[in-house]
Amino acid sequence: MVVAQISPPEVTDAGARFLAEVTSKTAGISRLEMCIQCGSCGGSCPSASAMDHTPRAIFALIRAGKRDEVLHSNTPWMCLSCYHCVVRCPQEIEITDVMYAIKTIAEKEHAFPSSVGPDFGGVFIGQAKRFGRSWDLGLTARHYLRHFPLRLPGMTPMAFGLFRHGRIGLLPTRIRQRKQLHAILKRADELERAR
Amino acid sequence: MSSYLYYPGCSMEGSGRSYRESLESVLEPLGIALEEIDDWNCCGATEYVSLSTTPAYAMIARNLAIAAGEKKNGESLVAACSACYLNLAKADHYMAEQPALNARVNDALGAGGLHYDPGTLRVRHLLEVILTDVGLDKVRAAVKKPLTGLKVAPYLGCMVPRPDVDGAYADHDQPKSLDMLLKALGAEVVDYPLRTECCGGHMNQIAPKVGLELVRRLVSEAERLEAVMMVTVCPMCQINIDAYQGEMNGMFHTKHKMPIVFFTQLMGLAFGVEPKKLGIGREYTNASKVLAKTLKAAPELALAAAGAAPAHRPRPDKRALPMPRMADSEVEE
Repeated sequence: MVVAQISPPEVTDAGARFLAEVTSKTAGISRLEMCIQCGSCGGSCPSASAMDHTPRAIFALIRAGKRDEVLHSNTPWMCLSCYHCVVRCPQEIEITDVMYAIKTIAEKEHAFPSSVGPDFGGVFIGQAKRFGRSWDLGLTARHYLRHFPLRLPGMTPMAFGLFRHGRIGLLPTRIRQRKQLHAILKRADELERAR
Repeated sequence: MSSYLYYPGCSMEGSGRSYRESLESVLEPLGIALEEIDDWNCCGATEYVSLSTTPAYAMIARNLAIAAGEKKNGESLVAACSACYLNLAKADHYMAEQPALNARVNDALGAGGLHYDPGTLRVRHLLEVILTDVGLDKVRAAVKKPLTGLKVAPYLGCMVPRPDVDGAYADHDQPKSLDMLLKALGAEVVDYPLRTECCGGHMNQIAPKVGLELVRRLVSEAERLEAVMMVTVCPMCQINIDAYQGEMNGMFHTKHKMPIVFFTQLMGLAFGVEPKKLGIGREYTNASKVLAKTLKAAPELALAAAGAAPAHRPRPDKRALPMPRMADSEVEE
């Protein structure tokens, strides 16, 4: 008698590999493999209409191993971090953190659909790392000059208004132990690269 | 007087300055003290976690490690900004859940001579501390000038009721926590269905069409319900609704003028603190006018609000569809 051999799931499968990659990059436990494709995520998403793919479609693409398509989708960049989907997901998938994980992979490979989102995050974090605090004026000035110069004339009265009301500081605030912070972040960067 | 460790966050020093000012003036009447942790750093908002995981959590955990080192009595670390609160809470939660993340973050912290064991601190949001530890009875007792006649839309935002890593919220969509507090101050609270909808976060900076549409929804709904102002617990929500309203009006050809203030500012007013000390007037869409107009008429009405029920039921709006209404007693507690 011939017994059919049932082989374990192929680890060389592109879908399984990409699923494992995204899962390992997620901060907590993603539970992404539990997705039942119900679409509750897209249905509760306030920015779904601006997305190339709904979150459900992104998860299907991940399992299908469509790595390029996922990394070049604007979906994670349109995520607002409102967590509507997370509390509604019947499988308790950490959807917001999965979106963050996709962004970290896309950032590393410069494989994003538009540079506006990554640049904003990059400038914000560059300043936060350097000073230990975020710096509204430096961030918005640089960001708008680069990506939305046409919005600047409209923004000027607002900037002045905020300045007049003492809500924007001209100079960045710095923490005392910047060296300590930089040492921590340097080591963290090494550890992240080694993963 | 109970004392808590306190993480202010960058916004409280800058764009959300009136939040800090008003918070400082309501601490004494509430009987709580906040001890700011030493040399805290930016939590990274939602930006760092989208850029690189380990450094993002190491940056957040530096604050947790400093706070744990300063822990004397009690274990609560309080944050007033919703995004800071969530980042701190999530770092603690995920470090406990994922040993690998915990190891990497503590390895990195070690380079700066720090260490943090997840679970050492309980990260909490200011609103929850006021509702649970102080309690509404004490808030009611501190009210000197009830906000009678001030019709407000309670806007809680996303990151306090969701994702709710501690499981503190039974209702993630329509929690009534902020409603209850504002009612205790004597304000008239409209049943604002968008209370936990998103303000757009950083979307006003990276995709204005998406972000400003969310601002439009929130503002126009508050206006439809005839609220004279919105009340928030988050500096990010405040600046998105307040400062971007002009640009939003331009985009959608609307003329909304909906002020938005922090709940601590209204608490201060009800406790009899001078408006100037509460940072009222720092908002871009002016709230002083409507506050002055409503609260001037208040003293005579104040007695009615303190105990007695209104003499007659308010007439239902004739234009409105017959919708089931929640009894006030149900909303109250």
